[in-house]
Amino acid sequence: MTGTHVGGATLWSLLANNAAQRTGEQALLLKRRGIWRSWDWKGWHDEASAIAAAMTARGLSAGTHVAFLGENKPRLFTAIAATHCIGGVAVPLYPDASAAELGEQLRQVEASMVFAENQEQVDKVLEVLPDCPSVKTVVFDDERGMRHYQQSDLASYDTLLEQGRNNASGAAPIGGDAPAFVFYTSRTGEVAKAAVYSHAAVIAQTQRAATAQGLGPSDRTLAYLPPGWSCQMMMSYAQAIGSGLSIWCPESSDTLLEDMREAAPTTLLVTPRVLDAIMSQVTTRMEESGGIGLSLFRRLRSEAEREGAAAKASSGPGMMTEMMLNRPLRDTLGMSQLRMAFCAGDMLDPAMLLSFRKLGINLKQLYGTTETGYLLAMQADGEVQPDTVGRAVAGIELKVTDSGELAARADGFMEGYLGDEAATAAARDADGWLLTGDVGEIGSDGSVRLIDRTDSIGRLSDGTLFAPRGVESRITTSPYVREAVTFGDGQDGVCALIDIDTLSVGRWADSQEIAYSGHADLASQNAVYGLIAEWVAEVNKNLAADPTHSNLQVRRFVLLPQELSVEDGMLSRLGKLRRAAIAEHYAPVVRALFNGAPDVALERAIDESGLHTHDDAHPARLQIKNAAVVGDIKNRSAA
Amino acid sequence: MNVISETHFSERAFPIAGPVLELENISLRFGGVHALTDISFNVLEHEVRAIIGPNGAGKSSMLNVIGGLYTPQEGRIRFDSELLSGMTPGRAAKLGIGRTFQNIALFKRMTVLENIMAGRKLFNHATFLEVALQLPRARREEIEDREKAEEIIETLEIQHIRKTQVSRLPYGLQKRVELGRALAAEPKILLLDEPMAGMNVEEKQDMCRFIIDVNDHYGTTIVLIEHDMGVVMDISDRVVVLDYGKKIGDGTPDDVRSNQNVIDAYLGVAH
Repeated sequence: MTGTHVGGATLWSLLANNAAQRTGEQALLLKRRGIWRSWDWKGWHDEASAIAAAMTARGLSAGTHVAFLGENKPRLFTAIAATHCIGGVAVPLYPDASAAELGEQLRQVEASMVFAENQEQVDKVLEVLPDCPSVKTVVFDDERGMRHYQQSDLASYDTLLEQGRNNASGAAPIGGDAPAFVFYTSRTGEVAKAAVYSHAAVIAQTQRAATAQGLGPSDRTLAYLPPGWSCQMMMSYAQAIGSGLSIWCPESSDTLLEDMREAAPTTLLVTPRVLDAIMSQVTTRMEESGGIGLSLFRRLRSEAEREGAAAKASSGPGMMTEMMLNRPLRDTLGMSQLRMAFCAGDMLDPAMLLSFRKLGINLKQLYGTTETGYLLAMQADGEVQPDTVGRAVAGIELKVTDSGELAARADGFMEGYLGDEAATAAARDADGWLLTGDVGEIGSDGSVRLIDRTDSIGRLSDGTLFAPRGVESRITTSPYVREAVTFGDGQDGVCALIDIDTLSVGRWADSQEIAYSGHADLASQNAVYGLIAEWVAEVNKNLAADPTHSNLQVRRFVLLPQELSVEDGMLSRLGKLRRAAIAEHYAPVVRALFNGAPDVALERAIDESGLHTHDDAHPARLQIKNAAVVGDIKNRSAA
Repeated sequence: MNVISETHFSERAFPIAGPVLELENISLRFGGVHALTDISFNVLEHEVRAIIGPNGAGKSSMLNVIGGLYTPQEGRIRFDSELLSGMTPGRAAKLGIGRTFQNIALFKRMTVLENIMAGRKLFNHATFLEVALQLPRARREEIEDREKAEEIIETLEIQHIRKTQVSRLPYGLQKRVELGRALAAEPKILLLDEPMAGMNVEEKQDMCRFIIDVNDHYGTTIVLIEHDMGVVMDISDRVVVLDYGKKIGDGTPDDVRSNQNVIDAYLGVAH
């Protein structure tokens, strides 16, 4: 199907075409030592050919897997292109993967070669190497600190480049149906699964995205999210090869905003976390600068909050706001040239989406999965409904199955899960519909509203359908709440673990003249419990307004003494809740929420490093509070 | 930690060579105060040499003698086998002795980049007029300086603050910038006066890594004063121990650790 319009094209053959046709056009840029250095298409192609020749000389051939461990850098993209040149399969991994995770993944894909960016990554690979017999060579890019490594299976990128330049070889004769990538899922569940994509599938996706997003050779994108995330790889490497746009790589994650300002990308991939970070930086700077800009900014934010709550966008900003606030701010953020920014990875809070849109930034929510590709649905220009992810893009069929799950059908999806026939078979039905694992609704106008993941949806004991995220997203709209985790499957009612936002609650505590010594202390104060209880009561009032949701009111909650973090394994790399891990870690707390105990011993809930020692005056117990509920609902557990 | 042990147990790019700096019978007095008494030791090319001792032992005085800030009443200093008399800070800099200070001495109102570029002053020969008119030599020198400065910025991982005014930086970063400015002069010997004073554990580890990287990468000979024994023992090749202005120990970290005089004076006895 796909083959009809791309022929037997592979990503490598397209790259070779670009090198022949787009002479002098920039393809890859990297800021290093204060200067943007660039590679044109021919430069990229020739360097990749050389690396490919060196790979062949080291015994790699079509079908072998090469793993990539590093940040977005031209050399990473070049090595991926080289892998595609020899017909190999690129497996981009998350640079912050633990050694254990890395070992597991290298064994699963039977990688023959690992491309590691620097000493830190090489150390990790060397740690697991004895258990990964398939790995023959580890290639590193940054030579810093590497001189002391004498291992024979280590080679520098420069060495490969030199070897390859001297004996070039041709590309492998593979077709578009050959596998090109293996992407790991972002692991909100227990195990990360490996989705295999063919060249044709990746190319089909890039074409669909280029049409839907209007991308072309004059576009610039900044690649800064983990290359292991399929979405970033598709928006950078694949999209560049597919539509000729240029990839700009920042100097380091610390210089991101400054580099973005210089690069002035025209198209950009963002996540809710990135937007949160940008908005909080902007807010801080606006608060510091004061003046008319600040009052315009405050008005804009409160309008966005209001319209976000009503899920309805109003007209654009006025002339005054545009001149005094939006234009300079966009310029500072490096978004003055930005035609479209795409938010993927998770649902974005409507107020946040509208805040950016009101700044004149064309931000849109995307919907996709690792298995179906990153672009199933997208909010259309001019009709952004903040609580939906927009309509299916051209070429994608979307439907809701009988069990309420969204399913999609189109070209360009994954071939299957690597080495897992059963899961591959279970993912697709006989008619070729691929299950997304998301429960959602499709409105009469075709716009898709996501409800939750299938595996987190449950039912209360009385049969009420319970989608944790629906309740949680209502709780987290408070600026005082960072995360909320609700439980209720098989129970009489819903209870919540709430993670307060240290910064804003801290600011509130300052204004109330409440002394506190840190997150744990803040989260244990009665006044803070009172503050959050008021908010939960408000949430309950809203829930009660809809009879079908009335039973979902939060009966009891607890404030977590420690932030949920990626490092602790409580959040996925993209910042999503890992429910199973949280439920396990806080099992005693969750039990206490439902058995009516007034408090619970902290045990594991407290920092394991022993930073917080509790004396006798402050026993290490976590209080549990009942929340005010509306109406006549069973409240046995809270009695 | 890995970084540190490996530096010490594998082959060095710049193997430790002969003495580059020799101090013979140095005595320094301030009026009636004997700051240093009859001290002799040498520094080998490409090594990391530490000077340790309790408060008031004369460590900073020793460093200042090497750096030309103080002139000792007695004793001789040989640099590259050449006898030096009347060392001055300017002369020291020209000879290739760079340094950092215990109390940071940066240009507070200039940016990080400007501070590091200022460290290149020795290499600039263009006249005021050439610079003002941006004549070829001035431009060439400026480009060279910037390239070197950027290389240092990358080595010390301070890209994100290159355009930040120094006075706005936290202490640990200012220390790093000061190291950067000293490196900009491409010194043969680098004198570091308590490079890790007042830092937290993480900053100390970073600084250790940078010192080892500099020694490893550029072959710079390093003489450092440090309070933190653990740090010194980890990164130094040889250690001189001073107490009340006298040398009481000299040798590898292990030698020094087992030296009874040192244990009595500094390590074992509570102060």
